[in-house]
Amino acid sequence: MQYRRTFRASLFGSFGIPALFLTAMGLGLGGYVDRSADAVLQGVSYLQFLAPGLLASSVMQTGSFEATFPILGGLQWNKIFHAMVATPLRARDVAIGNILWIALRLTLVGSIFALVIVAFGASRSPLIVLAVPVAVLTGLAFATPIMAFTATQRTPDRFAALFRFGTTPLFLFSGTFFPIESLPSFLQPVAWLSPLWHGVAVCRALMLGTIGNEPVLAVIHIGILAAIATVGAVLAVRTIDGRLVKG
Amino acid sequence: MTALRITPMFAFGSRRALRMVERNLLVYKHQWLGLLSGFFEPFFYLLSIGFGLGRLVGDVAGPGGQTIPYALFVAPALLAASAMNGAVVESTFNFFFKLNYDKTFASILTTPMSPADISLGELAWALMRGAIYTVGFLGVMVVFGLVRSPLILLTVPGALLIGFAFATVGMAATSFMRTWQDFDLIQLVILPLFLFSGTFFPIDAMPEGVRLLIQLTPLYHGVDLLRTLSVGVVGPDTLVHVAYLTVMGLLGLAVVSRRLDKLLLK
Amino acid sequence: MDDAAPLILARHLTKRFGAFTAVDGVDFEVAPGEAFGFLGPNGAGKTSTMRMIGCTSPISDGELTILGMDPRRQGADIRARLGVVPQHDTLDNELTVRENLIIYGRYFGLPRAECQRRADELLEFVQLSDRGKDLVEPLSGGMKRRLTIARSLINEPDVMLLDEPTTGLDPQARHLVWDRLYRLKQRGVTLVLTTHYMDEAEQLCDRLVVMDKAKIVAEGSPRQLIERYSTKEVAEFRFPAGVQETLDGQFDGLGDRIERLPDRVLAYADDGEAVVIAARDRGLHPETVLVRRSTLEDVFLRLTGRSLIE
Repeated sequence: MQYRRTFRASLFGSFGIPALFLTAMGLGLGGYVDRSADAVLQGVSYLQFLAPGLLASSVMQTGSFEATFPILGGLQWNKIFHAMVATPLRARDVAIGNILWIALRLTLVGSIFALVIVAFGASRSPLIVLAVPVAVLTGLAFATPIMAFTATQRTPDRFAALFRFGTTPLFLFSGTFFPIESLPSFLQPVAWLSPLWHGVAVCRALMLGTIGNEPVLAVIHIGILAAIATVGAVLAVRTIDGRLVKG
Repeated sequence: MTALRITPMFAFGSRRALRMVERNLLVYKHQWLGLLSGFFEPFFYLLSIGFGLGRLVGDVAGPGGQTIPYALFVAPALLAASAMNGAVVESTFNFFFKLNYDKTFASILTTPMSPADISLGELAWALMRGAIYTVGFLGVMVVFGLVRSPLILLTVPGALLIGFAFATVGMAATSFMRTWQDFDLIQLVILPLFLFSGTFFPIDAMPEGVRLLIQLTPLYHGVDLLRTLSVGVVGPDTLVHVAYLTVMGLLGLAVVSRRLDKLLLK
Repeated sequence: MDDAAPLILARHLTKRFGAFTAVDGVDFEVAPGEAFGFLGPNGAGKTSTMRMIGCTSPISDGELTILGMDPRRQGADIRARLGVVPQHDTLDNELTVRENLIIYGRYFGLPRAECQRRADELLEFVQLSDRGKDLVEPLSGGMKRRLTIARSLINEPDVMLLDEPTTGLDPQARHLVWDRLYRLKQRGVTLVLTTHYMDEAEQLCDRLVVMDKAKIVAEGSPRQLIERYSTKEVAEFRFPAGVQETLDGQFDGLGDRIERLPDRVLAYADDGEAVVIAARDRGLHPETVLVRRSTLEDVFLRLTGRSLIE
C-alpha cells in the first residue's frame, strides 16, 4: 500500500490529477453539458460548477485514505504508535497528533487543487481562498470517524467495502458531478445525510460568489461538518486509546 | 545470473495455473461479499455519470452518427474502463506485490508451481472475475433499457479481450519495475487513458491532432469496440479494434514470456 | 535410487547477491534417511543455502544435485519431492487450517480427494484436528509452526527442508515440534535443517556442518564435533563486576584451554571439578561456579571465537 503514498506525494499526483480531471470532465464533457443544460446550471459553465465539487471530493478522498492504511499501519504493522506511548506521549496525544497531521496534508492537497482551479479560470470568486479550509473540514469529517473505525480493525479487509459502499457512492451522488436537484425527488433529502454534500455546497457557493444569498444555510452546513469532525475526533481518541492501552 | 526456471511459451498453458483459480475460489468462499461488492462500483458510476450527469448532457452522437442517450453512450465505456483498470491493477501492483513480498506466494513457489503458473493463474482468475462483473453490468443495462441489439452479448468476450490486452502488457511492464515508485508511471498512463479515450465524451470535438493521437491508444479501441457492439453498429472499425487489442495482447505475452526470469528478483 | 548415493550433493556451492557473497564455495552431502544440520549464527549463509536446495534461489556458482537432479533445469521436479518449512510462517491467512493443507496438496497436483484424506491425517499428526475449520490468524506461534510442518508433508516428501524450525517458540512448543520431527525421522524421512540453537542441533541432527561467514568451518556428528574441538567438561566462573579484568594470567594452566568472555571465564578440561578446586587453591573467589558438559556452543566458540547467539 506504500505505493499509494509515494504516488500521492509525487508532483504528478498533486497537480496532474486535478488538471486532467478538470480538462476531461470540466472542459471536454462540459462542452456538451453547456450546449444542452444551461437552464439547469443557471448560466454557470459546467467547469465552474464541477471545480468546487472536485475540490471537496478530492480532499475528502485523501482524508479517507489517510485515516485507513497509514493509521492501521502504525497500530498494527510497524507498531510505531505503541512505541510512541512507551514515551511520555499519551494515547490521546498520538490520536490528536495524527488528526493534525492529516489536517496538514489535506490543507496541502486542497491548496494545490485550488491553485489548479484558478489556473483553469474555474473559480468566479476570490472566496476560493475560504473554500480550501471548508474542503479541509469536509475531509476531516470523513477522516476522524474513519480513524475511529480503523482503530477497531486488525486487518485492512473491511477498507475495500468502506471505500466501495462509503466514499465512492458519496463521491458520485453528493452533487459533485450534477446538482442533486437532478436526483429523483424522493432521494434529494438523503443528500443531507452526506457530509460531502454539505462541503460541496459551501465550496460551490463560495467559488461561484453566491455565498451571500443564503448565509444561514452555509453556517448550518459548516456546523454539521464541524459536529461530525468533532464527534469523530472524540471517538478516534477513545478507540485509539483503547487499542494502545489494551494492546 | 542464470535463469532459474526455463519456461517456454507452452508453459503458459500449464494446468497448474488453474490451481491459482482454485485457491481464489476457496478464498472467496469466505469473502463472497467482497467479490459481490466489486460489481457495485461500475453500477454506481453508471447511475451517477450515465443517468445523473446524463440528464445535463442529453443526447450525444454515438457510433455510426446516430444520436443516443448519454447513458447508453457512457455505459459500454465504463465497462471497457473497468476491464482495463481491473486488468492493470491485477497485472502490475498486485502482481509485483505477490511475487516479491506476499509470503503466501513465496510459499507457493516452494511447490512445483512456477512464477509463470502463478501469474497466469492469477490473471485467469482476474479475467474470470471481470467476466462475472461484465455479465452483471449487462443485466443492469437491460433493466435500465439500454439495450439496442443482441450484439451486446458480444461485449462479454469484448471486455475479456480488453482485460487480456492490458493485463499482458501490464505484466510485461512489471517485469521492468524495480521499486514501488516505478509504478507512478503506470498511473501516469492509465489516468489520461481513462479520461480521454472517448470514455466520457465523443472525441469528435477534439482538435484533429489530439484525435489522431487518441486513436492510437488502446483504451480508445476498447471503448469504441464495446460501444459499437452495444449499439449494434458494427463495421470495419470493429474489426480494427479487435485486431489492435489482439496484437497488443500477443505482443505483451511475447515480452512476458522472454522476461519471466526477471520477475524473480532474488 | 541407490541407497549409497547422496540425496543432496554440493560442490563449491556459491551464492552471490551483487558484490555480497552469502555462501562461499561450500561442499557437503546428505545421505538418505539422515538428519543433517547447518549450525551457525544469523547471517552465516544457512538460509541462502537452504533456498538453493529448495530450488527457489538460483545458484551463482558450483554444483548442486538434489535427488539426482539439477536444480537449474529440473526445479519443479525437485520441488515436487521436497517439503519446505520456511523460517517465517507463510501460511495462507485467507484460508482455514484445513484448506491450507488441501490447496497446498493441489499445488503439487494431487487429486482433491487425496488432499482431503492427507489433510485430515496430517492434522491428526500435528494435533490440530480440532482447529481444522478455523482461520489461521488466531493460532498461536507453536500451532502455526506445526501447521506449516503438516503442510510441508502433504506431498509425502523424500526430503524435508526446515529453516530454523523452532526459532521464536516457547520451550513447550519447541519440544512438541522436536517430537514430531523425531517421528518423521524414524519413518525414514530425510531432514535438512538450519538452526542457531545448539540444543536443537544436538537433539535432532545425526550430522551437521558448522557455518560461519558464508563458509563451512567444521563437519561431523554432534558428539564427534565436541570430542574434536572441545573437552569433556567446562567450568564456568563468574566474578563480581569489575573483578574479572584484574585477573590477568591467574587462570593460566587451569585446564586445557581458557576462554575469557565479557561476563565469565570458561576453563575447558576433562575433569571440571578438579579445575574448580585448583582455582580455589589459587585464591580465586568467583561469585558463581558451574561445571557442565561441553556443548556445540563451545565448539562454535572454539572455531570462531564468538558465541552462536549474539
